[in-house]
Amino acid sequence: MHKHMQQPNSLSCSELMLRETASQTAGPYVHIGLALHVAGLPARDEEIWNRMAGPEAEGEPIEVVGTVIDGNGDLVRDALLEAWQADSQGRYRTEFDLEQPFNGFGRTATTAEGGSEWSLTTIKPGAVTRGDGKVMAPHINLAIFARGINIQLQTRLYFEDEAEANVACPVLNAIESPTRRQTLIAKREAVDGKVRYRLDIRLQGEGETVFFDF
Amino acid sequence: MHDDNKRYVERDRNWHPPAYAPGYKTSVARSPRQALVSLHQSSVSELTGPDFRQLRMGPYDNDLLMNFRDAATPGLPVGERIILFGRVVDQFGKPVPHTLVEMWQANAGGRYRHKKDAYLAPLDPNFGGVGRCLTDEDGWYRFRTIKPGPYPWLNGINTWRPAHIHVSVMGPAISTRLITQMYFEGDPLIPICPIVKTINDPEAVETMIGRLDMSRSKPMDCLAYRFDLVVRGELQTYFENQ
Repeated sequence: MHKHMQQPNSLSCSELMLRETASQTAGPYVHIGLALHVAGLPARDEEIWNRMAGPEAEGEPIEVVGTVIDGNGDLVRDALLEAWQADSQGRYRTEFDLEQPFNGFGRTATTAEGGSEWSLTTIKPGAVTRGDGKVMAPHINLAIFARGINIQLQTRLYFEDEAEANVACPVLNAIESPTRRQTLIAKREAVDGKVRYRLDIRLQGEGETVFFDF
Repeated sequence: MHDDNKRYVERDRNWHPPAYAPGYKTSVARSPRQALVSLHQSSVSELTGPDFRQLRMGPYDNDLLMNFRDAATPGLPVGERIILFGRVVDQFGKPVPHTLVEMWQANAGGRYRHKKDAYLAPLDPNFGGVGRCLTDEDGWYRFRTIKPGPYPWLNGINTWRPAHIHVSVMGPAISTRLITQMYFEGDPLIPICPIVKTINDPEAVETMIGRLDMSRSKPMDCLAYRFDLVVRGELQTYFENQ
């Protein structure tokens, strides 16, 4: 093996192992279970939702928004998205507690209302160093669940104003097509003094978003 | 703990349903045409995930017989009373403790309490259809609910979902995140369902079937179904940089 080549670090399944439970679509009513108010259900005392950072959170407050678009160019109005990101220092904080100013995990959804946009209120994550010492550009991990999606689609959101870090990011560079790398770069918008990034996720066809297996 | 030392068993995407499964019509326009990009070097970004032990849950969050009471006429929901329980383990058989298990379902008549569901079977004023809990230190979870009914949906001309409960499990990392559906042992709708049939391997379908467990049922009260969940196997790797 060429010395600069990374060895794959996941393991193949053997017959000695249990098989993973098979995935199924989250279906059209995913919100009943994972986004109660979207379904019209009363919220419980604590819900996991899209306000990942409050005003006391350390780091640059940002809003992240977008749509999900199908292979016909139509809006997907029933998706559920999950986000997982590092804090402003590039550390993943695993403890989820709504009393802390920042949580690395959040959920959002697209609905038939308004522009069918999902949105997250968060902070801009710091760069994360991989086990081999290479630095990954700041990013948010996104998983997309919806009717018609049999197993969640995993992607990453990167930031337009991190061009230098993006060019060096080993994960973006693992995408063979430079054109396709652009599908993961969120565009920066300034709105009423707030910083907003927009990433539309295209499930299929022209400009199709890159989805990962890991 | 340095999470870069962890590895998960590769997901077998021939075992899981493919993205494009035209018998399930919605998948046709919602499936990528490009190949997935494999991350050969997984990082802390994929090897970590949220720990929900500090999420404050209500006393009835896992009891669907009690967690949606009609204020005007409080009562019990109509339908077959069941306990749904099981264990979350990984592919090496190791229990997954303190992980979030969430579920949602239709009522006994196959109607969802969702503003988009317009099926003519009525809502049940005492049934919401959502539950959540954490697995205990040995990986066990438990819900109490009513058995959901089958329902028709717009796919083929006369397509019906088998009775099912949507089950969502986080596991230790976003790499293990899984949403599936539990079907009920013996349901003749299972083999003719286009969503079930997105899966090619009949043994994979078996992993989604809850089994009647009389030993956990309560006499004169409720039956019990056992549904174990298997998430991707986790282990430490050694000799990584040799």
